[in-house]
Amino acid sequence: MENTALKIVVLVKHVPDAQFDRHLTDSSNTTDRLTSILSELDEYALEAALQLVETHGGADAGHQVIAMTMGPDGAVAAVKKALQIGATEGVHLSDEALAGSDAAATSLALSATINHIGDVDLVLTGMASTDGETSLVPAQLAERLDLPQVTFASTLELKDDDGGYQIVARRDGDTHLDNIESRLPAVVSVTDQINEPRYPNFKGIMAAKKKPLATLTLSDIGVDAADVGLAGSWTNVESAEPRPPRSHGVVITDEGDAGKQLVDFLEKQKLL
Amino acid sequence: MATVLVFIDNPGDELQKGNLELLTLAAAAGEPAVAFNGTLSDGVKETFAEYGVTTIYRPSAADLDEYLVGPKAGYLAAVVGQAAPSAVLIDNTFEGKEIAARLGIKIGSGVVTDVIALAGNGAELTATKSVLAGAYTVEAKVSTGIPIMTVKPNSVPAAAAGPASAPEETTVEVASGADGTAAKITGREEKPASGRPALTDARVIVSGGRGTGGDFTPIEKLADALGGAVGASRAATDAGWIEHSAQVGQTGKTVSPQLYISAGISGAIQQKAGMQTSKVIIAVNKDEDSPVFEIADFGIVGDLFEVLPQATEEILKRRS
Repeated sequence: MENTALKIVVLVKHVPDAQFDRHLTDSSNTTDRLTSILSELDEYALEAALQLVETHGGADAGHQVIAMTMGPDGAVAAVKKALQIGATEGVHLSDEALAGSDAAATSLALSATINHIGDVDLVLTGMASTDGETSLVPAQLAERLDLPQVTFASTLELKDDDGGYQIVARRDGDTHLDNIESRLPAVVSVTDQINEPRYPNFKGIMAAKKKPLATLTLSDIGVDAADVGLAGSWTNVESAEPRPPRSHGVVITDEGDAGKQLVDFLEKQKLL
Repeated sequence: MATVLVFIDNPGDELQKGNLELLTLAAAAGEPAVAFNGTLSDGVKETFAEYGVTTIYRPSAADLDEYLVGPKAGYLAAVVGQAAPSAVLIDNTFEGKEIAARLGIKIGSGVVTDVIALAGNGAELTATKSVLAGAYTVEAKVSTGIPIMTVKPNSVPAAAAGPASAPEETTVEVASGADGTAAKITGREEKPASGRPALTDARVIVSGGRGTGGDFTPIEKLADALGGAVGASRAATDAGWIEHSAQVGQTGKTVSPQLYISAGISGAIQQKAGMQTSKVIIAVNKDEDSPVFEIADFGIVGDLFEVLPQATEEILKRRS
């Protein structure tokens, strides 16, 4: 390979498991993270990173795939899972002052961490977190790092380009498909259409224990505690109401006229 | 009165329903001004006047559409610099949210996405949105900078309430997108139009899942009889039976129509996350233990290939 080794950062997030009921805390209306897992949508980003490395010389080419997260102690589980799946090293930004960060504060902390890592070619993320679901962070991260963004990519390739690489991707919109090209470095978010994420195997799980995992604090990355967390957020949740549970309606078994009964129901509800 | 800036991006020959809703919200919260991108037709200009728009800002660069997100956010930041609005409203599409995101960093302002209602005026806007897949309804405010809100369709009935205006047109100097800091759009393929309403603003949605076995005909016929959109579960889009943009759920679209008819979908959390804020839910599934029956207002344990065609026929019969 003539091209230099790639340094890819994959953002992974520890999120409340959507299979169970999820809650906001009473005190600050932030997300309760007691039962958390690696965000499913981040697995696609990690898989995309691993495939890029494999199609450009593999492990021997010196590429780095750095799984990075920010959050409390428990959040490191997302990085460890990524190391088992195939990331080469991990970075965990952990600081009490980060709790309650909105997208603006999160993107500030993440961009400072990426600058601290240094010389990153590609930042890969999922299309959204499965908890906050705002999809703001990848774009804000790109803005803070002054990089192009290639977001909602449903395909992603790196073309050799004069000793470097060029990103070629496809973005799947509602009314059209866009072909996108960008230079590196860039921030790329991928959809769940891009690949089939692999599972960790026994060898991967054993190997993960020996991979480097750095824990950083805000002072390591040069960010002031007042600029992140609830204090450094630019938005504020004033109040939160749990949605009343949906009442269980009528369930009938079709005896040949259920279609007509469905229409009767629509008529009664004035939906026709 | 404070100016509320609305971003309107390539509406075509006439303004779309979502554009009009944003203008309505802006007029309720202050004096609407528009940051426009694209070709400005006479019809669109007249509608702006009806909605009381004071100023129409337009970019000096014509190539904003050739690049992804960054240059449009840069244009909006330039308009904010000139118009000094008290708030910015943008539509809640993927691109709208990303433009809002970058604009927020550029001008040091907080962004609230997925807004379903706005109250208050000027910089004191309070947004209502639902979070954790509809489990909570929260009220959120922007505490730093001016509020940037991305608003979902159907948040307000579109109506020109105040007196008409004679909008001024102003060109805003912006750098060409070709400065190398943005990804370039090198090609675009339009998807074929279905003739049905868009999922996110349809009043009625009929969705099919694994139980269709790949045959969406009964789903489509019922949707057409009700003037609705066609949706799908992740199982159906992953199987390639219908295109990905039809997916309702956690990894697809979140919808809240007046009526959601779910057919052959078990209703696991992934699907529920996208549709449980619908006003009325009807479920048809062969398996009486499907979780979807727990949230349905009316459930039918039965074969969708019998129930749906009978319902479609009955609707057409009662209408005629």
